[in-house]
Amino acid sequence: MNARLKSRATLLKSCATLLKSCATIILLFALAVAGVQAQVGSDRLVNAAKEARNWLIYSGGYFSNRYSALTQITPANAKNLELKWMYQAAAAGAWQTTPLVVDGVMYLTQRPNDVVALDAKTGRVFWIYRHTLDPTQIVCCGANNRGLAILGDTLFMGTLDAHLVAIDAKTGRLIWNTKVADSKGGYSVTHAPLVVKDKVIVGVGGGEYGIRGFVAAYDARSGREAWRFNTIPAPGEPGGDSWKTCPPKTADAFCDPEAWKHGGGSVWVTGSYDPGLNMTYWGVGNAGPDWNNEQRPGDNLYTDSVVALDADTGRLRWHYQFTPHDQYDYDSVQVPVLADITWRGAPLKAMVWANRNGNFYVLDRETGKFLVGKPFVKVNWMDTFDERGRPNQTPQPSGMPTWPGNQGGTNWYSPSYSPHTGLFYVSAWEGYATIFGGTPVEYQEGRNFGGGVNRSFVPVPGAPAVPGIRRGPINNWTEAAATGAVLALDAGTGEQKWKFPMTDVTDSGILTTAADVLFTGGREGYFQALDARNGSLLWKASLGAQIVSGPITYEVDGKQFVTAISGLSLCVFGLRE
Amino acid sequence: MRARSMLLVVLLGLGFASPPVVAAQTTVLHPGEYAPADIAYGSRIYDAQCTTCHGANGDGVGGVDLRSGKFRNAVTDQDLTRVITTGIQGTGMLAFKFDPSEITGIIAYIRNMNSFDRGSVNAGDAGRGRTVFDSKGACARCHRVGMQGSRVAPDLSDIGAARSPASLMRSLTEPTSQMMPINRPVRIVTRDGKVINGRRLNEDTYTVQMIDDQEKLISLTKSDLREFAILATSPMPSFKTTLTPDELNDVVAYLLSLKGR
Repeated sequence: MNARLKSRATLLKSCATLLKSCATIILLFALAVAGVQAQVGSDRLVNAAKEARNWLIYSGGYFSNRYSALTQITPANAKNLELKWMYQAAAAGAWQTTPLVVDGVMYLTQRPNDVVALDAKTGRVFWIYRHTLDPTQIVCCGANNRGLAILGDTLFMGTLDAHLVAIDAKTGRLIWNTKVADSKGGYSVTHAPLVVKDKVIVGVGGGEYGIRGFVAAYDARSGREAWRFNTIPAPGEPGGDSWKTCPPKTADAFCDPEAWKHGGGSVWVTGSYDPGLNMTYWGVGNAGPDWNNEQRPGDNLYTDSVVALDADTGRLRWHYQFTPHDQYDYDSVQVPVLADITWRGAPLKAMVWANRNGNFYVLDRETGKFLVGKPFVKVNWMDTFDERGRPNQTPQPSGMPTWPGNQGGTNWYSPSYSPHTGLFYVSAWEGYATIFGGTPVEYQEGRNFGGGVNRSFVPVPGAPAVPGIRRGPINNWTEAAATGAVLALDAGTGEQKWKFPMTDVTDSGILTTAADVLFTGGREGYFQALDARNGSLLWKASLGAQIVSGPITYEVDGKQFVTAISGLSLCVFGLRE
Repeated sequence: MRARSMLLVVLLGLGFASPPVVAAQTTVLHPGEYAPADIAYGSRIYDAQCTTCHGANGDGVGGVDLRSGKFRNAVTDQDLTRVITTGIQGTGMLAFKFDPSEITGIIAYIRNMNSFDRGSVNAGDAGRGRTVFDSKGACARCHRVGMQGSRVAPDLSDIGAARSPASLMRSLTEPTSQMMPINRPVRIVTRDGKVINGRRLNEDTYTVQMIDDQEKLISLTKSDLREFAILATSPMPSFKTTLTPDELNDVVAYLLSLKGR
């Protein structure tokens, strides 16, 4: 080809590319203006965080920032927020779901495994899908479901009896139902699936029943399993040697020679995805049994870790273990937050993580390299990190309290990262400790596999223990057992920039927006808007019951809405007109 | 600085911002330690409820020896609680309905059947204890039982179901050590200088609910207050020296009889 022809061909190619781009832009613009309901293709999922009027992925986007570009609600006008509509669920219990919003339609799960489609502007219901649970199912820690994923016109939900179901988003009709694991063994799926390309990815819960955990991908069209990554490696597999051989038997010691077979490693919350690196990241739960680490020698990979998997094959690319050989139930039950930040003067593809074990971490998400580890609450189970990020553990003497306590410095509820402020926001439990005590426990299918006698640390010696973590409207824990807070941390260093203290602890997720408004709830039932720059209170509403899910925001007909779930009520707020 | 931060400064100034958590560590019972009073209480419940099947020595059921300290279906005290309250299907072990203080006692006794000396225990007399409660102790000046007594201090109508004997004895001799944090005394000064003393009933980030020393239910917004102090010391006097050991045992027996039913 001569130079002239080559030049003309290049020109034609450029024009074609330009026309294609223009057509895409025009189409997206037309859809946005008209509010037309279009299919949610994988390209829309990749750009979900930019599609601010919708909430297409559990954590708002693949980077799991829970950050919205919407700016109609500002620090100046947040005081004008008012209730626009409510939806009441029927089943009691902690309602932990995060809704999706797609072109004016809201999809959400309600206990135990219903899916509801409703008008995001009025709350009126289009349809309800009810999944019939296997009556033999057992599930740790409440009949919780945290949400959905969408691809095309299909919604995906994991179930308490460890199935994955695909549902027609227009009709609520079941498309396919795939068994993920045997629920009789304590397996369940409680988190929202993550769709990557043509696959639906879920992990299993059930570490408290001695499951062997995994993350698996399923073909979105057929429901057939495409790949599986075992969060507990077998002997001979990479990481398998972290489940060490038992020492010679003694009368007092109890060691399980096949501990890996019921080694836990649950996945309780949704993972994240970096399209550029084609890696999907998942937090892995505690080892089984939870507290008696003596019967499972070794680091017990990949429990209490983050694993980076190839999104196409499930192959392990790297891992980092936050709490090796855990005896505190410090599972990494947090959503991996991905952030492109400047770190020590250079751009960094970072993963920022406030862990249940009380430490804030910065990792290089390309390599898994440990960069920062810094306590964000009081920590006494470890004191220092080596250069590779391995903590030097400092177990407390028998009968003495360990900080943070069993529920951790934070837990499953989602944090937020604002690229606008550069701050990472997390709901934290401060001043909270537990007196741990591990006891031997033999694995029996379907039986609790905790292996411990733990006591809440009560500052009144010999007095009755404070009530369990599920309490009523009276804060009888008080400041003596624990307090709550929203902490704003520098995403690159973990340095605390501001703190919004709460009297009671909080299990609420956090949302931030490009207008620097932060939304969060708490056990006290207040739904609050804070200034994301300094933590000052902008507005609050008392909703009457604990808020244990993450707020989201979306836009319909040019109006910004923000959600809060309190008790059995989904409350949707907007600005007074 | 926001209003909440200002309140914390007030608390810091009064020395109550940091709960006295560390100081309490040394007296916490370790796993495997049980208070003698709880063991004794448990022995009485065991005698009344368990001996029919398990026998006075714990070996009445074939293949089960409670004195051995090893149980087929239980390792921890939580396991024992489950077995006692839900029973074991397919066996003669039925589900029993005990309140928390009774469960605490039974488990303490089962764990100490071998070493427990029944002769060392003064169980107290609930009837005499009631007399002490009403007269010498003057407990009803602050506490309420049934329809009688003041509401200023916690209602004791069902205290025998909630607290173990050891906890009740310590409440009488070291009241602060057994005061639940939610019941802590509150001292408030409003913006207009009004002083309110009372007992905390509930608290959140923005408000506090209390019953004052005139038995009035009050809810206040913290940002309206000039001072807000939560006191860590119980206003209840110790009866360690004002009541005799026998009288103390009698009052504990009376309190244990208050089951709210």
